[in-house]
Amino acid sequence: MDHITFLVAVVIVTALAFDFTNGFHDTANAMATSIATGALKPKTAVLISGALNIVGAFLSTEVAKTISGGIVDDTLVTPGMIFAGLVGAILWNLLTWLLGLPSSSSHALFGGLIGAVWVGAGSNGVHFDKVVEKILIPAVASPLVAGIAALLATYLAYRITARARKDSVTKGFRLGQIASASLVSLAHGTNDAQKTMGVITLTLISVGALGHDAGPPVWVIASAGLAIGLGTYIGGWRIIRTMGKGLTDIQSPQGFAAEAASTTVILTSAHLGFALSTTQVCSGGILGAGLGRRLAEVRWGTAGRMVIAWLVTLPAAAAVGGLSATVVKHGGNLGTALIALIAAAVAGFIVIASRRNPVHADNVNETHEVTIRGGASTDVRTAA
Amino acid sequence: MSLDWNALGEVFAVSVGVTVGVVVVFALGVLGIAQVETAREQDGGTHALGFAQAGLCFLACAAVVAYGIYLIVPQFH
Repeated sequence: MDHITFLVAVVIVTALAFDFTNGFHDTANAMATSIATGALKPKTAVLISGALNIVGAFLSTEVAKTISGGIVDDTLVTPGMIFAGLVGAILWNLLTWLLGLPSSSSHALFGGLIGAVWVGAGSNGVHFDKVVEKILIPAVASPLVAGIAALLATYLAYRITARARKDSVTKGFRLGQIASASLVSLAHGTNDAQKTMGVITLTLISVGALGHDAGPPVWVIASAGLAIGLGTYIGGWRIIRTMGKGLTDIQSPQGFAAEAASTTVILTSAHLGFALSTTQVCSGGILGAGLGRRLAEVRWGTAGRMVIAWLVTLPAAAAVGGLSATVVKHGGNLGTALIALIAAAVAGFIVIASRRNPVHADNVNETHEVTIRGGASTDVRTAA
Repeated sequence: MSLDWNALGEVFAVSVGVTVGVVVVFALGVLGIAQVETAREQDGGTHALGFAQAGLCFLACAAVVAYGIYLIVPQFH
């Protein structure tokens, strides 16, 4: 294990940390609507989702051949830049979690890498046409497609079952939601865990610890799968609340339609080689389902804040990634350790800030807002 | 920079078509179940048509789910 230098070890740990945040940031994608409609108990939902993410990680053999899918010039990427990019992605994921905003973990990772490569190797290391093709266009198109599909499906589902017994309908669609939510989780595990495996594997290849074209060693698959599964199980409850309750009031037929739309869009796009963000697809599906039921309230304020977060994700992660890359580039191992310490401190601060008004399995469905300051709701709880 | 309108159109058409199809078929299945439950409560009888409708619809949905799993798991293809 001579090849495993300090820097490589730090990159691996950071990559697993990112994988963990990716998991808990994205629990909401699969499970938010099932939790909101009561199809699954909150704890059961995250357990199923976590387990399926681990299964998905082991199932996916085709590990990403490139770290970024061509968005940056992979030949110029050094372990230091990967580390800096991951730091940018992790911090952005934590900040959006604190605010309860569903934003794309993949965009955060790409953003962090773009910033780090730009600083580390110059702007010619970043392929801006690919950024438009792989990030911008899918980011606009995929939520729209999922939204339109979910809107039509919701409208028809309510039309068809309009005169049927309400309790039978609710129960039937709840059962359907369990299947559709599980599919989203499985698809997520096969896609997102392999991103981290790709990062670790390519880092090991770049320092000569693995041969060219080597697949990920078993310990990489196992640790990446466990990290994302554990993150999913811990559950990003703040984001689950926003997606399940915040965007619109979801009933079980809507939840089923939204999840069916998300699953279909994710699978069709993957089949046709179209990159997209699971988070954005699922949010689009939920908004569409909100519009498809008459009298359902869609909270455009929350939706607007979410879209702003989508727009800011890439540049914000890029800024942090770029800043970290500067320190790593000039500071060497000392700089790397410094950035790792600062990142851990900021992460700790964000976690402490979240404690002031915590969202967890027991209160996730109580209101539709995620606030940072301790508000009236906590006072009522302690008084009651 | 060229936008692949064909791929985009294909994703759109397939996604909307499959989603609406699955949800409509599932809703018909739920409708069948609702009829069965209504009949059982009213006169203790069974609603054979509703039962058959629900069975067929849920079977069709299960087939789509199976195809979804097939698409997700690379070992299957």
